[in-house]
Amino acid sequence: MGKKILTVDDSASMRQMVLFTLRGAGYDVVQTCDGVEALEWARQSAVDLVLTDVHMPRMDGITLVRELRALSHYKFVPMLILTTESSTEKKMDGKRAGATGWLVKPFNPPQLLATVARVI
Amino acid sequence: MTLDLEMAEIAKVFFQESREGLDVMESGLLTLGTTADAESINTIFRAAHSIKGGSATFGYAEVAGFTHGVETLLDEMRNGVRAVTAEAIQTLLQSCDCLRDMIAATEAELPLDQGRIASLNSDIAHILGERPQVATAPAASAEPTASAASAEPTAAAPAAGASGWRIVFEPAADLLRLRNEPTRMFTELARLGAVVVSADASRVPLLDALDPEACYLSWDIEISGQIPRAQIDEIFDWVDSQWRAEPIPAANSAAVPAQLDPPPEARPVFAERSPAVGVPAAQKASPDSGSIRVSTEKLDNIINLVGELLITQSMLCGFADGIDPNELDRLRQGLSQLARNTRELQESVMQIRMLPISFAFNRFPRIVHDLSRKLNKRVELKLTGENTELDKTVLEKISDPLVHLVRNALDHGLETPERRSAAGKHETGTIELGAFHEGGNIIIEVRDDGAGLNKAKILQKARERGLVAPDQELTDEQIDNLIFMPGFSTADQVSDVSGRGVGMDVVRRNINDLGGHVQISSKEGQGSTIRIRLPLTLAILDGQLVRVGKEIYIFSLLAIVETIQVSKDRVNTLVGSSEVFRLRDEYLPIVKLCDQFGIEPDSRRAEDGLLVVIESDGKRAGVLVDDLLAQQQVVIKSLESNFKPVAGVAGATILGDGTVALIIDVPDLIRSMSKLGGGAVTAHAA
Repeated sequence: MGKKILTVDDSASMRQMVLFTLRGAGYDVVQTCDGVEALEWARQSAVDLVLTDVHMPRMDGITLVRELRALSHYKFVPMLILTTESSTEKKMDGKRAGATGWLVKPFNPPQLLATVARVI
Repeated sequence: MTLDLEMAEIAKVFFQESREGLDVMESGLLTLGTTADAESINTIFRAAHSIKGGSATFGYAEVAGFTHGVETLLDEMRNGVRAVTAEAIQTLLQSCDCLRDMIAATEAELPLDQGRIASLNSDIAHILGERPQVATAPAASAEPTASAASAEPTAAAPAAGASGWRIVFEPAADLLRLRNEPTRMFTELARLGAVVVSADASRVPLLDALDPEACYLSWDIEISGQIPRAQIDEIFDWVDSQWRAEPIPAANSAAVPAQLDPPPEARPVFAERSPAVGVPAAQKASPDSGSIRVSTEKLDNIINLVGELLITQSMLCGFADGIDPNELDRLRQGLSQLARNTRELQESVMQIRMLPISFAFNRFPRIVHDLSRKLNKRVELKLTGENTELDKTVLEKISDPLVHLVRNALDHGLETPERRSAAGKHETGTIELGAFHEGGNIIIEVRDDGAGLNKAKILQKARERGLVAPDQELTDEQIDNLIFMPGFSTADQVSDVSGRGVGMDVVRRNINDLGGHVQISSKEGQGSTIRIRLPLTLAILDGQLVRVGKEIYIFSLLAIVETIQVSKDRVNTLVGSSEVFRLRDEYLPIVKLCDQFGIEPDSRRAEDGLLVVIESDGKRAGVLVDDLLAQQQVVIKSLESNFKPVAGVAGATILGDGTVALIIDVPDLIRSMSKLGGGAVTAHAA
């Protein structure tokens, strides 16, 4: 029984790469390209891990993490933000919002899988 | 799919995505001058950020590196740290252009223009190096330096003699809830060396005060071994500020701050084999906009099949006509319904290939912006009818000619602000681009309120170059349209516009080759209007069937001026047995398809048959045919997949009775005719 991962990224190429990688490792993947949609979906469904980009229109990744944490069934779900920011500020923002950790872009599939395996 | 193919497929998505992102950036930057609101800058920033992330992920280091500078500048602007200046916008616009070319070159695996990249990099660096014009708190640097949020000393690699680390881990209460498992960290530490962990449970409250979700523990950890600090940092990466470490024993510090994240260098993506990528069927979480990308090849295939359907349907209808009507009433009804269904299907399918002309119009705000700056002219661009749809291929092919026409209008049509004021006009000139449907065609107009054409000068130039006979009288309209004649691109028009060998004559030729027409009308002092008429689609033709001998040919209705019968006295024979005929006040050459295609006609004499007067590229000719047949919509089938191109033939079609009819390539016919030096050249609105 595979674990289920919710990915949120407004870039199609990133979504495909992540999907390709995670699926290939046996995970069930649910994709959205928008934080608002992801939140709506999450209200009705549970996952084992959330993977979200930071910079997105409508709702950014950090706000999404904060909103998800407010849902009772997402209180304990590991959440990772994908960021190209190397500055600590963005990462701390993520932590304060409730993110478990982050993955810095660019990353390659082994790194993605290793990081996901750490927390899922 | 193999590994490389899959990644190559995803990379294609990245390229397309980047192009769209660059479009967003460009149009955002163009409006930024007037309305520099936070959300607009943010949108532009996000687009750049995406391109940077994607290019780095897919291994395009140079693109990522260049985009990083662009992103940094945009970041400062969106944080309010740096004001939005015209200079910065211009540099950013140029950077967009450069990025576009870099993406294209990368996709085509061609080398990048290093000089241009370096030059723009230095422009960006220059702007970034200037004191920002907005006084705020110190700028948050976007450069990746590991700013110390925790209190650890900057010791990194243990000097020789250091034999381990002492780590104190005092996590925040939400450690466990956020799933930063201490056991995981300890396990990872254990892989680096021998670990001794002791927990401090002194803060754990009594049961009735205990919050089961909170973490009250802290730990003392000793790890022995020669371990680079960076490896320990990595394990505790996510709980920064909740731990600290000291080397054991006290070591000399080699002060290299642990760079937690590498600079934006590319780590090329290599993936494991996996089944084809697709969205899981169970949950449709992707909010698509209700549209889907389809390759044009698939579309053309469908269009081809619809064409076949039309032919079959028409054959059946013809067949039913010859049989006893009483019994076949229901058959007739069925066929008529089939005809209706087919027609509707055809329209829907053709619709799929239609795109709004905004795709072509969208280039112009940028072009007008740049050119007006360069020429020091004030211009307002008005676009109307952007939603007017036309076939994708026609759209692609009309794009460059339109650019040329607009640049020409700006360059030569519109006057400088001073001259405009002096003439009593508003300093800001107007260029209008409009499109609308008219009778099965699309009309595109390029209108300017500039100085208009100088008819006297044009006529004189034309006479000088022998394009017009000295005594020939021309109407105003004919004079205006002389500018489309080859050889009219004058020296003073070679700014950078015509320098590339594109003249108005090439524009007209391109439009004619699409089966369209272009003409200009102008009023001196007031401005000019260029009117382009194009067929809505290239796959279907409104055709005129003609018969020469036993063969049937088809002319595009758009190319036919009129059809006439000539009497013997209007026909003259020139030296070398080519004939001309008189049409009102000019002599036009006669083209004999029987000679062109080697078939036996009813008669070789012009006065026995009909002359179909065709026109292309400003030239006219009369084609001799035996008979005019019906007009009908005809599906164009290409011959090229089976044969080499044949002069004078644009394609073929299958008629209702199953015969093959060739479609005449009018521009080609006219071109080959003038090579034979046929007839006087007259200026026509073509």
